[in-house]
Amino acid sequence: MAYDKFNIIKSSIVPLPIENVDTDQIIPARFLKATERKGFGDNLFRDWRYNTDNSPKEDFVLNQDKYTGKILVGGKNFGSGSSREHAAWAVYDYGFRCVVSSFFADIFRNNCLNVGVLPVQVSADFLEKIYAETEKDPKAEVEVNLQEQSITIVGTGEKESFDINVYKKENMLNGFDDIDYLLNMKEEITAFAENTPL
Amino acid sequence: MKTLFDKVWDSHVVRKIENGPDVLFIDRHMVHEVTSPVAFLGIKSRNIGVKHPEKTFATADHNTPTINQHLPVEDPLSAKQLKALEENSNNYGISYWGLGHEKNGIVHVVGPEYGITQPGATIVCGDSHTSTHGAFGAIAFGIGTSEVEMVLATQCIMQPKAKSMRINVNGNLSKGVTPKDVALYVISQLTTSGATGYFIEYAGNVFTDMSMEGRMTVCNLSIEMGARGGMIAPDEKTIAFVKGREFTPTGAAWDKAKAYWDTLYTDEGATFDKELTFNGADIEPMITYGTNPGMGMGIGKDIPNAENLEGGVATYKKSLQYMAFNEGDTMIGKPIDFVFLGSCTNGRIEDFRAFTEIVKGRKKASNVTAWLVPGSHQVETAIKEEGLLDILTEAGFELREPGCSACLAMNDDKVPAGKYAVSTSNRNFEGRQGPGSRTLLASPLVAAAAAVTGKVTDPRELMN
Repeated sequence: MAYDKFNIIKSSIVPLPIENVDTDQIIPARFLKATERKGFGDNLFRDWRYNTDNSPKEDFVLNQDKYTGKILVGGKNFGSGSSREHAAWAVYDYGFRCVVSSFFADIFRNNCLNVGVLPVQVSADFLEKIYAETEKDPKAEVEVNLQEQSITIVGTGEKESFDINVYKKENMLNGFDDIDYLLNMKEEITAFAENTPL
Repeated sequence: MKTLFDKVWDSHVVRKIENGPDVLFIDRHMVHEVTSPVAFLGIKSRNIGVKHPEKTFATADHNTPTINQHLPVEDPLSAKQLKALEENSNNYGISYWGLGHEKNGIVHVVGPEYGITQPGATIVCGDSHTSTHGAFGAIAFGIGTSEVEMVLATQCIMQPKAKSMRINVNGNLSKGVTPKDVALYVISQLTTSGATGYFIEYAGNVFTDMSMEGRMTVCNLSIEMGARGGMIAPDEKTIAFVKGREFTPTGAAWDKAKAYWDTLYTDEGATFDKELTFNGADIEPMITYGTNPGMGMGIGKDIPNAENLEGGVATYKKSLQYMAFNEGDTMIGKPIDFVFLGSCTNGRIEDFRAFTEIVKGRKKASNVTAWLVPGSHQVETAIKEEGLLDILTEAGFELREPGCSACLAMNDDKVPAGKYAVSTSNRNFEGRQGPGSRTLLASPLVAAAAAVTGKVTDPRELMN
């Protein structure tokens, strides 16, 4: 599914300094019953965000007006657990285009790249610096530049580079997805299939 | 010098993209109702079909009820999702084992049962526990829905090759220590992210001595330490298990496959990016006390103090607060409310044999609600034919119908808020078994001991 091109995002952030945030927290299983991709943002972090009577939990970051932005900043090992792409959809659908963490779970990272959310892995120190800056000023901005592969805390000018493979980077810059690439390999794949042992 | 993982991976690379992922050919694609509908919508909107329906297998498992499966599914959203899978399978010529079908069951249980799972194959499914199939020496891993769409459309997926890790466990396992305990022990040592970025090969006599069912339990849990998957080199046990099943090759095709399978081992001298060795004798029956599978310990131990941790103290405390446990607590004797035997981790016949061994001649504790859910109809049939059902019934237990059930609580099998469940499943995340539920992961033996005593109990005390 196509998504918006990604180049530079400059935005305040939403801090979620919790480690091992698993995809069951990002989108609980009971919200996976849809047969279309829509409305998942409403249930992003459902059980951390709402009480059982659907009233908002006021201490949760998404319910605090002072924190807004297109960048979600999570603790170490973000997105562990289930392979549900719904988690990445929920993040995107809510309005985030970038997730920053000091460590990502593999499948979640792949899913993000496939749906147009940029996972940016930074050092543990840099992560703490982002949190500290937001603690001082909730509207403090962070700039993520995909072309340059850099992330900058705007207020202090502190900057770190991040990794992404060239292929995925081009895809995100252009809003392409993998299927277009694979469909163009049709004959090569067909020839390969004829020679597999199983 | 190649590792087992290298051999299988490299033989499936259609194209290497410079500074990018590999294009990997997929031999078997398993599909279920939850992660496939949007992928089918995708190929429909692109006006393309399923490239290899004969390599694609669909079963309904995640949100199916585990009672009254002969009746229409009551939950309209679940019913709609099941209907979508049935229609998509029919439209594209994919074999579909829906509710009530004799081959229906959890995707990772039925794959091996019918010989879809084979050594040296690449196997994917929109489910992280696809790693289960690695028990046969396959490269098997979970994928997202965009990737499901890729495989439907092209039978290929784009993946960077993972780093390699070998985990050796040697020595003798003690009484009451099952494959589940071995896996929970290794996860507790590595943490829930300790193998992220790696594909694991399990080696050592502990794994070679295990049954295929036990190997499936171990490989199943690879994802819980962050690994893409885990695999075990095929041996005579593997070949004997695979032989004669419905989708297993026969005749000349068998000979060709067998010749390939015979090459599937790690060459002597091949190196891994990381190698770890554990002593099987150090492993006790395990139980988890927190909200990720890495928070496990020997059942007789006390919950660790936060001050002994290296970082993550706030997250650790939040976790214990959710569980309503305290640092230093002993798990033995803690009262529990629910027991769940089942899931792709521990829903096979061996797991039901182990559970029955403990409950035989005893009675289910009156404070416990027990859900015994076979992984498939084939498991259900074996439970009946082996006489296990009679023993379970005598002990006050009921058997439900196959499905994922309370492992992720998409159906009605939900543990209520604040209640404790000893569960043979794979995740103890907050709310995993129902909003507010508290999960203690353990083996079928520990689950059985809890079911008959109503509290956390060392199963060795109930074993002869």
